[in-house]
Amino acid sequence: MLTTLLAARLPAVSGARVGAVMGRNVASLRSGPSYWIVLVSGFFEPLLYLLSIGVGVGALIGELRLEDGRVLSYAVFVAPAMLAVSAMTGVLAETTFNFFFKMKYSKTFEAILATPVGPLEVALGELSWAVVRGSFYTAVFIGVMVAMDLVSLGWALAAFPATVLVGFAFGAVGMALSTLMRGWQDFDLLNTGQFALFLFSGTFAPVQAYPLGVEILIQLTPLYHAVELVRGLALGSPGPGLLLNTAYLVAMALAGLLFAARRVERLLCA
Amino acid sequence: MPTPLSASPAAEPLIRARGLVKRFGDFTAVDGIDVEVAPGEAFGFLGPNGAGKSSTMRMIGCVSSPTAGELSILGMDPVRDGARIRARLGVCPQQDNLDVDLTVRENLTTYARYFGLSRREARRRADELLEFVQLADRADSKVEPLSGGMKRRLTIARAMVNEPDLVLLDEPTTGLDPQARHLLWERLFRLKQRGATLVLTTHYMDEAEQLCDRLVVMDGGRIAAEGSPRSLIETYSSPEVVEARFGDAEPAEYAEKLAGIGDRVEALPDRVLVYAADGDAAVAAIHARGLAPSTTLVRRSSLEDVFLHLTGRTLVD
Ligand SMILES: Nc1ncnc2c1ncn2[C@@H]1O[C@H](COP(=O)(O)OP(=O)(O)OP(=O)(O)O)[C@@H](O)[C@H]1O
Ligand SMILES: [Mg+2]
Repeated sequence: MLTTLLAARLPAVSGARVGAVMGRNVASLRSGPSYWIVLVSGFFEPLLYLLSIGVGVGALIGELRLEDGRVLSYAVFVAPAMLAVSAMTGVLAETTFNFFFKMKYSKTFEAILATPVGPLEVALGELSWAVVRGSFYTAVFIGVMVAMDLVSLGWALAAFPATVLVGFAFGAVGMALSTLMRGWQDFDLLNTGQFALFLFSGTFAPVQAYPLGVEILIQLTPLYHAVELVRGLALGSPGPGLLLNTAYLVAMALAGLLFAARRVERLLCA
Repeated sequence: MPTPLSASPAAEPLIRARGLVKRFGDFTAVDGIDVEVAPGEAFGFLGPNGAGKSSTMRMIGCVSSPTAGELSILGMDPVRDGARIRARLGVCPQQDNLDVDLTVRENLTTYARYFGLSRREARRRADELLEFVQLADRADSKVEPLSGGMKRRLTIARAMVNEPDLVLLDEPTTGLDPQARHLLWERLFRLKQRGATLVLTTHYMDEAEQLCDRLVVMDGGRIAAEGSPRSLIETYSSPEVVEARFGDAEPAEYAEKLAGIGDRVEALPDRVLVYAADGDAAVAAIHARGLAPSTTLVRRSSLEDVFLHLTGRTLVD
């Protein structure tokens, strides 16, 4: 029922056209070194946190006892969270800043929308590209985690698809927010929000450490679900709770994507 | 009037608009226009700033939906079949929106991919079109360093990449120097000879006269007149015009003194126009009244005069 309703309302999406939108980004990537700088810098931030806090602070803290009684080193606890953060920041760089620029200033989307490519295909192409880009970060990050013996190879491979989902979810919501931005100053707000999520999503301490009210509040926010999902897989202890985390992220991805496509149509097809 | 064979009455119009309206909030940009464009025709929208030309073009290009009225493009409904229609259109927007991250050639090849062409075919057409618009030697350059005329040519090449049935050109030569304009006109003329249907907007009379088989004069969202450039000139003007300047008084004052000479006298801020079948005879008549203009110029009547007659305003300020 719901699916037929959706199918009737949604415009047809062509894989070739979504691919063509991604292809534009690949072509522009080849065009200059400046893009590579952005690409590389996005990767180092979570890695630096992993080294400074996971390993540095971890040496002070030593071991951590989880609720379920398992004991693990602090670095092993923090590393999957940094992986989830890496999946988030990697896509956000593309779907916020770059997306906004292409929509508002360089008229890239305006040119594309004069062709058979529609707003949803533009949004999906941009999002998919952002996830491909973000997945390079996460793949390298996972490699570092395996090399540092912070995760087993098998569970690392299981965590990778989860980071892809995290990328779709955050990328879509970031894109939706970008369509609401009035100017560059609004991005400061977004950065602040992103940083708050980064600090309080069970990244550096189990959420049970907080008062109950705060704990519940955190459980409503998105990065918490990303961290839970990625950590649950990376630590090799997937429970049924991961289904809820997955559902949350899928809903985020769909809602963000459809909202962004709608807004692009409103703004550029007046 | 010579019209292309394909424009015979039997041919289904490529564009058909009835009572087409576009509103932005309370503001009516296009106010109920009727337009029909036949295959193979070169059709123009001529009008001043804010006439509603671009708004109309965007509706025809299926990127903006009509507020009211009927519109059919290539026999299809723009709202329902937007993507299918756009697949057969070539669009050159008023403001260049070339991709500055890409090279000249990549601008064409990436664009071709939006139409579902294979990489190989995209590359082949890009090279062919770069020849056509004389940009082959700049293929690997970025877009930014190109001159305005080159960018415009590239935009037109991009509009051709899907071998469109209908090409929409929104002010294709605005802002270009005369040489660049003539080169573009020549390319557009060739396009037309290959059988493409062209729809263009312009502020320039000479452009409309050069390129259009038929045109409408738009003003304030409405169509003020329609016809071939020649027939519009014949209907709304006279064959010749005398432009007379007087150094010593307001043109309006002299307009009264010139009343009765030729078909009609029009005062502009800096000169008086006398519309007449025979310009030289009109000049003689002016002198016969004992008036001594500082300069007189006899020229053929143009669409500018049609516009002035229809709206009481000059077209390009
Ligand atoms: N998206 C929009 N929102 C609000 N008003 C608009 C929008 N687009 C156009 N208009 C208004 O509609 C009117 C017609 O604009 P349009 O761009 O169609 O004119 P035009 O004939 O192309 O003019 P020009 O020669 O300057 O390009 C103008 O008054 C313009 O301000
Ligand atoms: Mg315009």
